[in-house]
Amino acid sequence: MCLAVPGQIISLSGDSDPLARTGRINFSGITREISLAYVPEARVNDYVIVHAGFAISVLDEEEAKAGLQAFKEFSESGNNLA
Amino acid sequence: MKYLDEFRDPATAKKLVSAIASVTTQPWNIMEVCGGQTHSIIKYGIDQLLPEGINLIHGPGCPVCVTPLEYIDKALAIAQLQGVIFCSFGDMLRIPGSQCDLLGLKAQGADIRIVYSPLDALTLAQQNTNKQIVFFSVGFETTAPATALVAYQARQLQLNNISLLVCHVRVPPVIEALLDSPDNQVQGFLGAGHVCSIMGYREYLPLAEQFRSPIVITGFEPVDILLGLYRCIRQLEEGRFQVENAYSRVVKEQGNLPAQQLMESVFDITDRNWRGLGLIERGGLSLKDEYSNWNAELRFSVSDIYTQEPSECHSGEVLKGLIKPAQCPEFGGRCTPERPLGATMVSSEGACAAYYRYRRYDHV
Repeated sequence: MCLAVPGQIISLSGDSDPLARTGRINFSGITREISLAYVPEARVNDYVIVHAGFAISVLDEEEAKAGLQAFKEFSESGNNLA
Repeated sequence: MKYLDEFRDPATAKKLVSAIASVTTQPWNIMEVCGGQTHSIIKYGIDQLLPEGINLIHGPGCPVCVTPLEYIDKALAIAQLQGVIFCSFGDMLRIPGSQCDLLGLKAQGADIRIVYSPLDALTLAQQNTNKQIVFFSVGFETTAPATALVAYQARQLQLNNISLLVCHVRVPPVIEALLDSPDNQVQGFLGAGHVCSIMGYREYLPLAEQFRSPIVITGFEPVDILLGLYRCIRQLEEGRFQVENAYSRVVKEQGNLPAQQLMESVFDITDRNWRGLGLIERGGLSLKDEYSNWNAELRFSVSDIYTQEPSECHSGEVLKGLIKPAQCPEFGGRCTPERPLGATMVSSEGACAAYYRYRRYDHV
């Protein structure tokens, strides 16, 4: 039910009402128009997490990269993860 | 797919499995709250990769599973009315009510439709002005903002041919109820990542403190779940009980403020019956009085329908973690996904359905 998947914004439909703002999102080649009502900060090329037709969060690419880097260093050193 | 494949990487998962083994010195009971996490755990066999004694208890985080029978009966009562287009998420159509399910009613000719988004119901209302559109809205805090926007827009546009049968539920009160229960077995939690993407995780700080139970906000891919488990077990082993965020690429401490604001303007917090668990104080959301014109319970006079839960379904014990699905005497026999006794066997996130689908049984 709380299934939500990442997709990339490929275009925005501008609307003066932020609650009516939508964007076309690419999910591995399948595209769909999604409400951006709850991510007013989202821009083209951002990755968003989409649930039930709504972007619920802009994916923080720095945090994702940092997490993956931590795994990598952990694999190499055998040290504890943060 | 970027931001999915990296978090399904077998090599990373293996490293995390060995890290978990290296920090584990004793048995622990850990509950994953969300049904999506349960599904990933059983699908990828994560529970079978853990050290002996790490027991994963599958939590009540499947909104379809905990929707009380009386709401299914209310849905059935409305959906069979002439001139109504009744719509909901696909899983809801197969939940057995007292007499039949929505899919059975559809087979008899009722206009019942599966929608992907609550916004589709709004579109239906604009396209079918001579029909009454009713959306059966269930879900946790992840889904409630979608319903909130539909209610808000219906009111803004004064669309009078749409209404909402609202049965949204809230996660923190049920975690508190589980921890406060005398037969509680749970020592640590994997928090539901997408619920927290909306609500943040400040609500969990007093719970972790009061019940001395670590809560680690966790994502849904195998690497996310293993990382959540690693951080939870490390806290348990070190005697800590903090809220940690292991899903920081999606979850921020404060959550999604625009979504919270709209939810607050549309919904009141209310007590709610959870199927299998009983009344959870402050465990649900209902439409505020100013939205009563869009409340389907009032519009179709179904508020007083009350139904007793059937006794043969043991989903309450499954949802509380007291038994595993395959330990239910009806599992795989009288209760299968084709002929379910209860919702946990229906929903794609129900623990019973996950066990059945991935063949976690040996006596059937």
